[in-house]
Amino acid sequence: MALGIEGVATELRSVYASGKTKTFQWRVSQLKAILRLTTDHEKEIAEALRSDLNKPEHEAFIHEIAAISTTCKFVLKELRKWMTPEKVKTTMNTFPSSAEIVSEPLGVVLIVSTWNYPFLLSLDPLIGAIAAGNAVVLKPSEVAPATSALLVKLLGEYMDTSAVRVVEGAVPETTALLEQKWDKIFYTGNGRVGRIILAAAAKHLTPVVLELGGKCPVVVDSNTNLKVTARRIISGKWGCNSGQTCVSPDYVITTKEFASTLVDAFSSELEAFYGKDPVHSNDLSSIVNSRHFDRLTSYLDEDKVSGKIVIGGQRDRANLKIAPTVVLNAPEDSLIMTEEIFGPLLPIITVNKIEDSIRLISSREKPLAAYLFTNDKNLTEEFIRNVSTGGMCINDTTLHLVEPTLPFGGVGESGMGAYHGKFSFEAFSHKKSVLQRGFTGDVEARFPPYTPGKLKFLKAMLSGSILRILRALLGW
Amino acid sequence: MEGFEERLSHTLAGLKQVFRSRKTRGIDWRVAQLRGLLKFIAENEDGIFEALKEDLGKHSVEAYRDEIGIVKKSADHALLHIKKWMAPKKGQLPLLLFPSRAEVLPEPLGIVLIFGSWNFPISLTLDPLIGAISAGNTVVIKPSELAPACSSLLCRTIPYYLDSEAIKIIEGGCDVAEQLLQLQWDKIFFTGSPRVGRIVMSAAAKHLTPVTLELGGKCPVILDSYSGSDFKVAVKRIAGGKWGPCAGQACIGIDYVLVQHNFAPLLVESLKHCIKRFYGESVKSLQSICRIVNKFHFDRVRKLLEEPGVAASIFYGGSLDEENLMIEPTILLDPPLDAQIMTEEIFGPLLPIVTLDAIEESIDFINARPKPLAIYAFTKNKKLKDRILQETSSGSVTFNDAMIQFICDSLPFGGVGQSGFGRYHGKYSFDTFSHEKAVLHRSFFPELEPRYPPWNDFKLEFIRLAYNLDYIGLLLLLLGLRRLFMPNRSR
Repeated sequence: MALGIEGVATELRSVYASGKTKTFQWRVSQLKAILRLTTDHEKEIAEALRSDLNKPEHEAFIHEIAAISTTCKFVLKELRKWMTPEKVKTTMNTFPSSAEIVSEPLGVVLIVSTWNYPFLLSLDPLIGAIAAGNAVVLKPSEVAPATSALLVKLLGEYMDTSAVRVVEGAVPETTALLEQKWDKIFYTGNGRVGRIILAAAAKHLTPVVLELGGKCPVVVDSNTNLKVTARRIISGKWGCNSGQTCVSPDYVITTKEFASTLVDAFSSELEAFYGKDPVHSNDLSSIVNSRHFDRLTSYLDEDKVSGKIVIGGQRDRANLKIAPTVVLNAPEDSLIMTEEIFGPLLPIITVNKIEDSIRLISSREKPLAAYLFTNDKNLTEEFIRNVSTGGMCINDTTLHLVEPTLPFGGVGESGMGAYHGKFSFEAFSHKKSVLQRGFTGDVEARFPPYTPGKLKFLKAMLSGSILRILRALLGW
Repeated sequence: MEGFEERLSHTLAGLKQVFRSRKTRGIDWRVAQLRGLLKFIAENEDGIFEALKEDLGKHSVEAYRDEIGIVKKSADHALLHIKKWMAPKKGQLPLLLFPSRAEVLPEPLGIVLIFGSWNFPISLTLDPLIGAISAGNTVVIKPSELAPACSSLLCRTIPYYLDSEAIKIIEGGCDVAEQLLQLQWDKIFFTGSPRVGRIVMSAAAKHLTPVTLELGGKCPVILDSYSGSDFKVAVKRIAGGKWGPCAGQACIGIDYVLVQHNFAPLLVESLKHCIKRFYGESVKSLQSICRIVNKFHFDRVRKLLEEPGVAASIFYGGSLDEENLMIEPTILLDPPLDAQIMTEEIFGPLLPIVTLDAIEESIDFINARPKPLAIYAFTKNKKLKDRILQETSSGSVTFNDAMIQFICDSLPFGGVGQSGFGRYHGKYSFDTFSHEKAVLHRSFFPELEPRYPPWNDFKLEFIRLAYNLDYIGLLLLLLGLRRLFMPNRSR
């Protein structure tokens, strides 16, 4: 197996060296192929996602299929502009000269994807890598086997397989992949594996993008539109793969007085969305596997937590379903408040003053996203300035991801590097600076033998004062 | 060392507190620090000249050009632009998300660690610092112990000019560096060799710390055939780019020259004259050139020269003065390609000239080796220029000059592949030490029902049209008229 992987890497390197992936035509043809395979096989993709995660078709369509086709169209529209070298200004110090920044592909890149949005999170970075002109190896997650197999099939059918490869597998295959030298590694997943990837990349000095997660907080002020707030939190939490999403709300912070009002709102909106028997609702994704199911239920079964469930709590292990569950005032040291939940459980913790929430968030690791619901301008301002997080959404959840002008990526424990829109192109490009000089206008002071007069001249140059330069030149 | 470890974690705890106090975030603090830095170099010019003379035998013109001047230029540039850099960038949003507002807000990363290097011990320590300060971080600087006079000068003097609560200088060697790497930083900025770069990155992995690695590599010159005055200028610039910056001990210094056979004799003769005019005739009376930093590197460079095939290829120079750690500017003509001098980064005053049948072969020659930090191409041939740009990969490409791209603030400075990753200078320095936080503002109205379950076909259709930004289709769908008007446009 290891030999096979080494072979793939070597082959891709020679294909990259041929220069074919660098051309605009190749990039466009591959992006169009992704667009085609997505639209042609919408049903199959949705079925694979149903099989891996029991993901509702609607969610599959919004979050994965449409997101990919929209991104493809966007990139196809913008690509030529992105590829055009950027002219920049030069100063007197290098006069006469002209300068530009040329975006060039990095080479052969590795994308290690994940299981929660197995289609989207494989193809979204792939689009960036191709747009930037790289040869790519994609390693989909073995935890979503149906989608992984489908990706092998579709990419094999539609894409130029001499330059875009899918390698399936689990830990041994990933380990073998990481032994190879790549020009960039793009990983989506958790911090533990993120550290392994980074350490492996260090051996080859490979730059890395890590898209990790974290406990994304939602702060709910009492001065808010209660119904809209509850619905938007629900849509970002349970409406996103049953909370198995890196930017899903992880916990809610609200004031002591407002907590019960908020719980009531959740209760009635959840019923409106998923009915009285949510465990059997077809509009909710399942938990991906029994290991994660057991992990989640262990959070609920902890002694200090089990008595604090105010909504839901029902589960069906056979079908890997957990009802939308809200826990009120779980202690700070409970698992549900220390671990990233990544599932349909939502703890609400309370503070005396809503402003205290900012300190609380700052005392923890930096999350991938933070959300605030309020009509209060000052609170909004303070929240934006003081909460450090990958990205944030005011008065909504998760929507900042749809926006191609916003970079998507973490900070601190939630990762490094960003993508989406032009940021994807840049994540897989090197910005080469190019300076063009003419042969005239040489400044003697650059060259030895060094004299006091030359020093005087250099100082004058950097002061930017024409008078001083003239004086130095005339030897005054 | 135990006491040191304690002091270190104490220092770090202090920095954390200072960062939390938010004082480094205000524009006033940042501006004050940048001004402090300018004041530092203005008031300590002579001290810096002396320290550089002591550490590297650097002449004050060279010191001003490559160190003091660089810091001054960067600090001035930062002061001029910092307000603009700090301002949030507005994004555009699709109509469907109306009314909402998107912005990208730069925020400081926290506590950053900067490793300086010994070849430009002032500029390569303070230039990244300018970025870290502009972005509002608290900073620990570890200057290189191989330039002890500069390291000590920075450690003693900087605290009088910069906020010593937020910017610390820690002196020491490998052991100190190792201990620093054990700690958790929000960013590590390293200038040095790929070997140490790997160590830094491996250590950073434990804490998921992003790093910028400014490494080096063998930076080639491609010299096309020229005549007349242009040729003279090119030779001067090559000599200046090889022996000028710290006697070739520079990451963007010229490593070797690629030239056509027929053109080589003229080139080596001209370079020889240039060396004599610039630096003098004998190793004992060399002037305007740095010495080798220490005995270790002196021996390393000597070994490169002494390899049999290499020694035979010396065209000019090759004398060494061990007592003063001086090595004469040396030209080698076609040394063996498998010799260390052609496989390792030279980082010293030796210049191999490699001859080719046709200058176009230089592209394959460069591509067969790790990606360099810079490529210098002296040519007027537009086609060759384009080929170099498109077919080779390097941190930067400079046409018809060398080194000078370093002082161009509008260009990002940084490597690719073996020459490192991450970039700085000008706005890029600010970006390197900032996190770009994406912020989306939404209002509570209007609310789009199809976002929410229970799911049905109408909602699916709505989303489909919305993603296509098909507003007319949306309107018809809402009016229930869509099937009537566009029966075939469902997908």
